[in-house]
Amino acid sequence: MSISEWRKKLVLGEVSSLELVEEYLLRIKSVDQKLNSFLFVNEEKAKARAKQIDEERSAGKSLPPLAGIPIAIKDNLCTKGIKTTCSSNMLSNFVSPYESTVTQRLWDAGALLVGKTNLDEFAMGSSTETSAFGTTLNPWDIERVPGGSSGGSAAAVAAGLCVASLGSDTGGSIRQPASFCGVVGLKPTYGRVSRWGLVAFASSLDQVGPFARSVADAADVLQVIAGNDTKDSTCLDLPVPNFAGSFEKPIRGLKVGLIKECFDQEGLDQEVKKSVLRAAHQLEELGVELIEVSCPRFNDGIATYYVIAPSEASANLARYDGVKYGSRSEEEDNLVAMTSSTRAMSFGQEVQRRILIGTYALSAGYFDAYYKKAQQVRTLICRDFENAFKKVDVLLTPTSPTTAFKAGAHENNPLSMYLSDLLTIPANLAGLPAISLPCGFDHSELPIGLQLIGNVLEEERLLQVAHQYEQISNVMKNRPKGDFIPG
Amino acid sequence: MTKINANDVRKVAKLARLELSDDLIETYTLQLEKILEYVAQLEKIDTKNIPPTTRAVEVINAFRDDISQNTNIREELIDLAPHREGDFFRVPKILSE
Repeated sequence: MSISEWRKKLVLGEVSSLELVEEYLLRIKSVDQKLNSFLFVNEEKAKARAKQIDEERSAGKSLPPLAGIPIAIKDNLCTKGIKTTCSSNMLSNFVSPYESTVTQRLWDAGALLVGKTNLDEFAMGSSTETSAFGTTLNPWDIERVPGGSSGGSAAAVAAGLCVASLGSDTGGSIRQPASFCGVVGLKPTYGRVSRWGLVAFASSLDQVGPFARSVADAADVLQVIAGNDTKDSTCLDLPVPNFAGSFEKPIRGLKVGLIKECFDQEGLDQEVKKSVLRAAHQLEELGVELIEVSCPRFNDGIATYYVIAPSEASANLARYDGVKYGSRSEEEDNLVAMTSSTRAMSFGQEVQRRILIGTYALSAGYFDAYYKKAQQVRTLICRDFENAFKKVDVLLTPTSPTTAFKAGAHENNPLSMYLSDLLTIPANLAGLPAISLPCGFDHSELPIGLQLIGNVLEEERLLQVAHQYEQISNVMKNRPKGDFIPG
Repeated sequence: MTKINANDVRKVAKLARLELSDDLIETYTLQLEKILEYVAQLEKIDTKNIPPTTRAVEVINAFRDDISQNTNIREELIDLAPHREGDFFRVPKILSE
C-alpha cells in the first residue's frame, strides 16, 4: 500500500494509526529474522506516538501529511535517544544527543519511526556485507544481497516492513539497492536536503533520500525532508517546488538521452541492457524523443570516486579517536597507542581500507597525482553532463550493470565490488538528482532497475518522467514471493 | 605513479592511527596495489588547465549572525565519553616515557 492509500484509509477511519503501525511491527517480527534489515525496532515509542495521533485525529485536529505513516531510517542518521551505530563496532553503543534535520522533519510531518536499518559499515560498500552486525538479505532471493550501502532500508520497503524509508547515497547507495530490491530510490540534487545529523562519509558527495514503493511516495517523502537548513552550510537556500507538481503534465516532446558509454559496457548484463532499452522505447511511445548522447569521461567515474571518497572519508573518520564518544580499547600506555588500537579493533576491513587509500592519496608527495588529478577529472565529468543537458531533459541508463549478486560473490576482491557502482557514481560526482525505479526482471525473476538522471535541481521533471513511466510499466505490480509478500 | 609497497602501507597506517598486524598490512598492500593500479587510468587523461572541482553544486558562503545560543547538552556530550572523569575526558598520557 502506498502513502496516499494509507492516508486515505486513516482519514476515513477505516484503519487507526495504531492498527497500521501494529501491522507493520508484526510483519517485522515474523519475517525480519530471515532478512536482518532492521538493527533496532522502535516498537513501544512507535505505538505510543500512533495512539497520540489517533487521539488528535478523533479530536478533529488537522494533521500533517505523513501522520501515522511508518517509516524506517538508515542507521547512519542520528536519532535522539535511540542508538545510531552506522553498523560499526566503533559506534555500537552510540546514542546521539541530537536529532538529524531530515528525521526531525519526518516526525514533525507526523511520520512514525518503526526502526533503524542495516547498512554497510559507515555506508562503505555495495552489498550490506560490510555491516558489523550481519548481512541483510534480499527479499526476492535470500541467497542474494539487497545491494548497499542502504541495503536494510531497501529490503525493508521491498518486503513491506515499512511504508517508506530513508537512505543515504554517496556513490549509489540508495539507487543500487533500490534496483536490487525492486523499489524506487531517489538521490536528490546535492544540497537539496540537509546533511545535518547524517554521519559523514564523503561530505562533497553524501546526500539523503527516500526509498518507496512508488515514485509518488518518494516525492511525498522528499517534499517533507527537502529545503534549506541553517545547520548545513552546503544546503541550498532555494524554494522547494511541489515535486509532484508535473506528474500529470504530458511528457510528449521531452528529450531523453541514452548515454552511449553506459550501454557499451563490457560488464553490462545483456538482460539488464534489453530491459532498460525496452523501458526507453516505452517512453518513446509516450512521445519523448530518444537521443544518444556521449559522456566520454563517464567510465572514469569509479577511478575518480575511489580517490575522492576515501580521501574525504579518511578526514571525516579521523574523529573516532576513542576519546569523546564511541568505542575505546583497553590500551592505556599512551594516547596515540590507545587511538591506534581502538581504530584497528573497532573499524572493519572495508573502512580501514578506505582510510588507508584516502590517507595515502592525501599524503605528501601524492596529493597532486591523486587527489588534485581526481578533482580535475571530476570537472570533466561535470562538463560532460553539462553538455548532455544542453541537448536533453533527462538522461537514462541502467542503475546497476547486473541484478542482485549472491552473498560472498565479491569476497576478498574489493575492486570488483567497487565496479558495481559504475553507473551510479557519476551523478554523485556531478551533484545531480537521480532515481532508480523497477523496469523488469531477469530470468531468475530478480528485479532490474532503470536509472534516470536529471539536471541540477530538476527533481520535478525527473519525477514527472519517472512517474509516467511507472504508470505504463506495471512492473511494480510484481512483488517478492512467499514470506516476503508485502501487504 | 610508483607501486605501493608494504612499507608505504605501514607508514600510511601510522598516519591514519591504525595499529595493524603484519598479516593485515600484507593483505591491504595487495588490495591497495590493485585499486591504485585501477585508479592510475586517471593519469592518461589530459587535465592541463582544468580547474579542480571540490563540490559540484556551487554554494555561496552561508553567513549567519554570530549569536551565542545555549544548547544545554554539555552533560550529555561529556557523558558519551568512554572514560569520563568529572567534567573531563580522561585519556592515557600523551607522551610515552
